[in-house]
Amino acid sequence: MNDPLIDYTLHLADNTLILAQRNSEWCAHGPVLEQDIAITNISLDILGQARNFYQYAAILLGDDATEDTLAFLRDNREFKNCLLVEQENGDWGKTILRQFIFSNYQYLLYEKLQHSKDEQLAAVAAKALKEVTYHLQWSSEWVIRLGDGTDESHQRMMNAIEELWPYVDELFINADYENELLADNIAVDVPSLKNKWIEKITSIFDEATLQIPQNVFAKTGGKQGVHTEKLGYILAEMQFMQRAYPNSVW
Amino acid sequence: MVDELKIEQQKIWRILETVADPEVPVLSIIDLGIVRNVEIGASGKLKITITPTYTGCPAMDVINMSIRMVLLENGFKNFEIKNVLSPAWTTEWMSEAGKQKLKAYGIAPPNPKQIVCTTDAFQEEEAIQCPHCNSYNTQLISRFGSTACKALYKCNDCMEPFDYFKCH
Ligand SMILES: [Zn+2]
Repeated sequence: MNDPLIDYTLHLADNTLILAQRNSEWCAHGPVLEQDIAITNISLDILGQARNFYQYAAILLGDDATEDTLAFLRDNREFKNCLLVEQENGDWGKTILRQFIFSNYQYLLYEKLQHSKDEQLAAVAAKALKEVTYHLQWSSEWVIRLGDGTDESHQRMMNAIEELWPYVDELFINADYENELLADNIAVDVPSLKNKWIEKITSIFDEATLQIPQNVFAKTGGKQGVHTEKLGYILAEMQFMQRAYPNSVW
Repeated sequence: MVDELKIEQQKIWRILETVADPEVPVLSIIDLGIVRNVEIGASGKLKITITPTYTGCPAMDVINMSIRMVLLENGFKNFEIKNVLSPAWTTEWMSEAGKQKLKAYGIAPPNPKQIVCTTDAFQEEEAIQCPHCNSYNTQLISRFGSTACKALYKCNDCMEPFDYFKCH
């Protein structure tokens, strides 16, 4: 049952589903109309990636698995998303920073994944790369605008950095399933992405008059299914309909 | 025999031309470049290959269904619609006719020369022509518009807002 390719595909799917779910909480609550539309569009893009990954995982799993059973009928411990994406939205600054941290990581990840020996993972990544480019551009601009904005917005970005930085390291640590897929050139070796990631963060933070914090205690476990309590609340809301009314359809 | 096959294929392309994009109904799925291939197998089975414009495009389910319906209406029963992601769709696949129809509909078509989009913040904006008055004196309001494939612009001359089908 423990097939590393399935676990890896689910990890990629869960990362995107949970972040899409979080971002979609902004729908109709954005600071201005245009940005409300922007964050929900980004949410839709990422959800599309999640669907592509889940559909592939369902084929690999066979039996009765579908993209819906994978999203709606798995429990907390079965989700393999990194802890970063399940963190609460907080204010606009925190949501922006989480998106910037993640898009920067995702851009570097997909740049490599599009050359994966696994054709389907490569195709999903290649398809999504242009979209992620827009997400990274947009979130970078907002980090600069808020970091180098007013005293208030600058302070809020500092708070957001303090709250989110403990979840950064996990992005760059290979899980077992990633390690097992490295030799066949299927998975991306995430530790190898870190230097380029820091470079980009540093260049944007310089413009935003922000700093990367030092000596932060890293929190990990999400990629192995050990989550913060926040994931439970997300799943409770997201899975409610299928749990209460099994097999209901639109 | 070969000619018959060709004629049949052309007929199917013409049928598919009647399937409109649900978000931008003036465009057919052929104008958009969504249909990648029409194949007739040895057994007579028809295989149609389509590709999504955007990863999260909610229109794809509707497009799948519309193709199914139009084929059934035209008497085809033995067919398969295959979704592929690779090679990834690009706005360069949109036909010239499609771009003209977009403009007439009030949406600025994607720039002919794809401006390479990079991750850099605050890039110099592309000059986008207003579909209403043809002025290039326009400004970007938001990179994310009414749907994921469009950006929102404003014309500084006629003051009208408009959508731009962004390069992809
Ligand atoms: Zn105008």
